[in-house]
Amino acid sequence: MIKRAGVKKGPTAWLDLAAMFEALSDRLEGVFSKLRGKGKLSEADVDIALREVRLALLEADVNFKVVKDVQNRIREKTIGEHVMESLTPAQHVVKIVHDELVELLGGGQRRLEMAGSPPTVVMLVGLQGSGKTTSAAKLALHMRKQGRRPLLVAADVYRPAAIDQLTQLGKQLSVPVYSEPAGAKPPDICANAVKKAREDADDLVILDTAGRLQINHELMAELEQIKARVPVTETLFVADAMTGQEAVNVAQEFHSHVPLTGLILTKMDGDARGGAALSIRAVTGVPVKFVGIGEKADALEPFYPDRVASRILGMGDVLSLIEKTQEHLDQQKAAELEKKMRTATFGLDDFLDQLQQIKKMGPLTQVMEMIPGMSGLARKLGPGQFDESQLKRVEAIIYSMTPGERRNPRILDGSRKRRIARGSGTTPHDINQVINQFSQMQALMKQFTRGRIPKHIRRMMSQGGGTAGLPGLPGL
Amino acid sequence: MFNWLRRKDREPELVEADEASGEGTELSGAAAEAGLSEEELAEEALTAVPEDELVLEEQEEEREASLEESLAKTRGGFFSRIKGLFNRKTEITEEFYEELEELLIQADVGVMTTQRLIEALRERVEDDNIRAIDGAREAFRDEMAGFLEDESEGLRLAQPVSLLLIVGVNGVGKTTTIGKLATYLKGAGHSVLLAAGDTFRAAAIEQLQAWGSRAGVPVIAHQPGSDPSAVIFDAIAAAEARGVDVVLADTAGRLHTKFNLMEELRKVSSVAGKRLPGAPHEVLLIVDATSGQNALIQAKQFTEVSPVTGLIVTKLDSTAKGGIVFAIRDELGLPIKFVGTGEKISDLAPFDAGRFVGGLFD
Repeated sequence: MIKRAGVKKGPTAWLDLAAMFEALSDRLEGVFSKLRGKGKLSEADVDIALREVRLALLEADVNFKVVKDVQNRIREKTIGEHVMESLTPAQHVVKIVHDELVELLGGGQRRLEMAGSPPTVVMLVGLQGSGKTTSAAKLALHMRKQGRRPLLVAADVYRPAAIDQLTQLGKQLSVPVYSEPAGAKPPDICANAVKKAREDADDLVILDTAGRLQINHELMAELEQIKARVPVTETLFVADAMTGQEAVNVAQEFHSHVPLTGLILTKMDGDARGGAALSIRAVTGVPVKFVGIGEKADALEPFYPDRVASRILGMGDVLSLIEKTQEHLDQQKAAELEKKMRTATFGLDDFLDQLQQIKKMGPLTQVMEMIPGMSGLARKLGPGQFDESQLKRVEAIIYSMTPGERRNPRILDGSRKRRIARGSGTTPHDINQVINQFSQMQALMKQFTRGRIPKHIRRMMSQGGGTAGLPGLPGL
Repeated sequence: MFNWLRRKDREPELVEADEASGEGTELSGAAAEAGLSEEELAEEALTAVPEDELVLEEQEEEREASLEESLAKTRGGFFSRIKGLFNRKTEITEEFYEELEELLIQADVGVMTTQRLIEALRERVEDDNIRAIDGAREAFRDEMAGFLEDESEGLRLAQPVSLLLIVGVNGVGKTTTIGKLATYLKGAGHSVLLAAGDTFRAAAIEQLQAWGSRAGVPVIAHQPGSDPSAVIFDAIAAAEARGVDVVLADTAGRLHTKFNLMEELRKVSSVAGKRLPGAPHEVLLIVDATSGQNALIQAKQFTEVSPVTGLIVTKLDSTAKGGIVFAIRDELGLPIKFVGTGEKISDLAPFDAGRFVGGLFD
């Protein structure tokens, strides 16, 4: 009889689990550490590596059969390969796997195809709860930004309040919503909606169909009927990024009833690795067109194969992080900051600026998730560990200082500290902590700007960060 | 008697919770007028049960049938293949283990739990000197059952009012499950009240209200965008005022990676606990049977903000195997309390490990 780990191990079970999700590259580093220095990958090396690759892919919910397929292809490509000079064998294997996944995920037309004569009809299909209604609204907004005139159609007559939901979303976005009273049949609703779109000169019709199981013959037939009644240009399968092994069968079954032209991968703002996307893409050949990354109406993105490949391999989403950073970092401020660092006039004001810029990027754990090698750490710490309110406290403390004190914290004596503590609702001890952190940071900066990275920082950076030198990814 | 009935009729109209507490007092007033004390009210509630029971039994049968059907469908995929594997093989070979491993992984059991299961089977085969495939089948059935069997039976309900908090990521079927659970609890003789704690998603409140009227239970709701803690606070007050004994609280779907939303849930839980000692009495995490390995992380993260006491697995009527529950059970020891098997209001049944696993190899 198996002892249940959760019962036996208690809180430590989670640490094991976090370890399980460690980046593939970290694990390969471990496996290959004995082999370092070899110039060529032997068959035995590759087999060991492939076992790790297999585990990583399965943990990311890539379909079992697809994993086997990928494994074979990688095997062929890897055996006998000379390891590139700049790479360790582990990095070399990861690069091959990464490239392979990018190739598998990419390709195909990733933009929405437009009908020769308007309106273009886009039908969203999928299982219950995959996010069709939300995606419909997001898609409408996305396309309107590109100058289209979308019409949303509430064709889900089964789920309670589904029509209300779409109507409310339409209202929020000022996108018209076509719906009919209870009792109407979805194929009729869709046909009438297209007629209405023609009259109103709306050039894009988005059909929000009901969630259905692919084994429900009646409802699958309904999709076919809709397709027979209206000229559907794009049939997009909405897939939840958290879907497991079954994703492939579901998509294939939909594909056989109403040939799919694209995928929308939803809930990618979570930490699901999204192996389902790879599986569906590999098996049906249908390209991923959009990715849903949040609950807000503008949280729909084009699909970038390299990002999702990195994510499936647990390598973090460096590109998204960089984009996010660029989006939120004030370039001018960054330049100023750099100058201050060089001239060592970096004060608490600048420290505050920095904190606020980081805050703008979103919850810290989310930011950490995107850094290679840090995702495991972020998970280990959990969302509560990066106490965002801590940042607020630091802010309050700095705001309670005079400009002079901010520029030169060394003048802070006991009396000044007590005043600041009163002003910020903290204690002098808290203030000492902030100042200590700040002076450590200052010292670090001096070393950085002199081109020397202190040993303990280097160790921190290399911890689990085997991807540092990986080509195709900017070095972080 | 009639007063009591009338009271019941009126309840579904009560939607605004601000009103609700007021109405609650008014209702006790009405009860006082009729010369009924709280106890008498409760008694009447009890005497009313037998009438319902006939319906209940029918429902029960229907439910049993639908569960069997749905499980049959589920088994049709994965489990029949496991059964097939045991039937097909005559010897316990490496190849047999490999195939078994493949089948478990394809059922979303997860690599680690699969390996643990296989390892346990290997040990058993070795220790007990099992040679024949039939012996391995028995041993494996044992192991699987051992994973799912549960010490704590049923829901933990308290007197006089219990709060059950329903949580989960987006799109797993929280609201639908609440509708079904309300029907189930009502059928079991409880009086139920729903709290529309999903104040975020468009039309989530309307959806819960639709389920409330289907199940014939009142719904306490505030405006969209209001504080879910306040909704649940008011729902508890309303339940106390009306002598309702179970409050089912809906919450907005939230990804476990969203710090603020998870903190909101922590607050909901703690506010409920302050208003009603011991609340939430159950925190039920809804897990979609189609979900993969991420569900394990979800379970862990939700437990951190509001200790999850059990799982409800939804969409088991799909072809998905729901194997992730083995992993969740293995890693976190959380019991499965109910399974959802369809879109009908009666498509929910208490989870029965014996039946679930027993059927695998028949």
